[in-house]
Amino acid sequence: MNARTIAGKTLNFDEDGFLANPTDWNETVANELAHDIGLDELTERHWAVINFTRADFDERGEAPSLRRIKVAGGVPTKELYELFPKKPAKKVAYVSGLGKPSGCI
Amino acid sequence: MFDDNDVDRKICIICSKGTLDMAYPGLVLANAALMEGCEVDLFFTFWGLDMITKSEMAYLKWSPIGNPHKMAMGNMQMGIPNAVAGLPGMTTVATTMIKREMEKLEFPEIPEFLEMITDAGGRLYACKLSTDMFKLEEDDLYEEVEGIIGATDFIEMSEGAQIIFI
Repeated sequence: MNARTIAGKTLNFDEDGFLANPTDWNETVANELAHDIGLDELTERHWAVINFTRADFDERGEAPSLRRIKVAGGVPTKELYELFPKKPAKKVAYVSGLGKPSGCI
Repeated sequence: MFDDNDVDRKICIICSKGTLDMAYPGLVLANAALMEGCEVDLFFTFWGLDMITKSEMAYLKWSPIGNPHKMAMGNMQMGIPNAVAGLPGMTTVATTMIKREMEKLEFPEIPEFLEMITDAGGRLYACKLSTDMFKLEEDDLYEEVEGIIGATDFIEMSEGAQIIFI
């Protein structure tokens, strides 16, 4: 497990490199994590995805699949791939401070 | 973090079967590969063509005939004897069962799955020989299909790719 200091707080990361404890997450952390994966700025649309993901995680205890973000979160597949290029499911979970997603859709 | 600029992987999936249980594996793999940043082409041949034929794609079926798998039904694991599976209406019953299970797992139906795949950048191709055999024209196929191509074209375009045959 790796630790890193973000905004004056020491945060742990799991063996896959994802934030170990979802409760450590806040907007400042999200911005920092976004930089790690090459997203220089989180737009309003990124936040729409992240906020849905966090809310859905709080409700169901797991990161939503891309299909769920599309169907229940209202963000189309095409846009998800534009906002979080190449590896959208992993990137969304990473920036949202959740573990590596286990779903296969 | 994810080294996504390094992804230089191309995957070609050949879908040759049109039953529900054989349609899903190809689409799940294609979608997973896209989610990992791979380039993905799908080639639909023989019965696999049903997956991208407008009049068929939403109505793929599954028959338990010849399949000894025991399905979970309530809290029992139950196989369906071939003699029962062959009765009229059993294919519809089995198809409904499978669809219900897929829905519970939040999997999309075939048309929506194909749309997700093409929206993610996956490309769909129909096999020339099969469309000729089934008397299908481009208009009969799902709008997002890139084209009807021959086996030689497919081999050409899959150069260097990993090929999965289903």
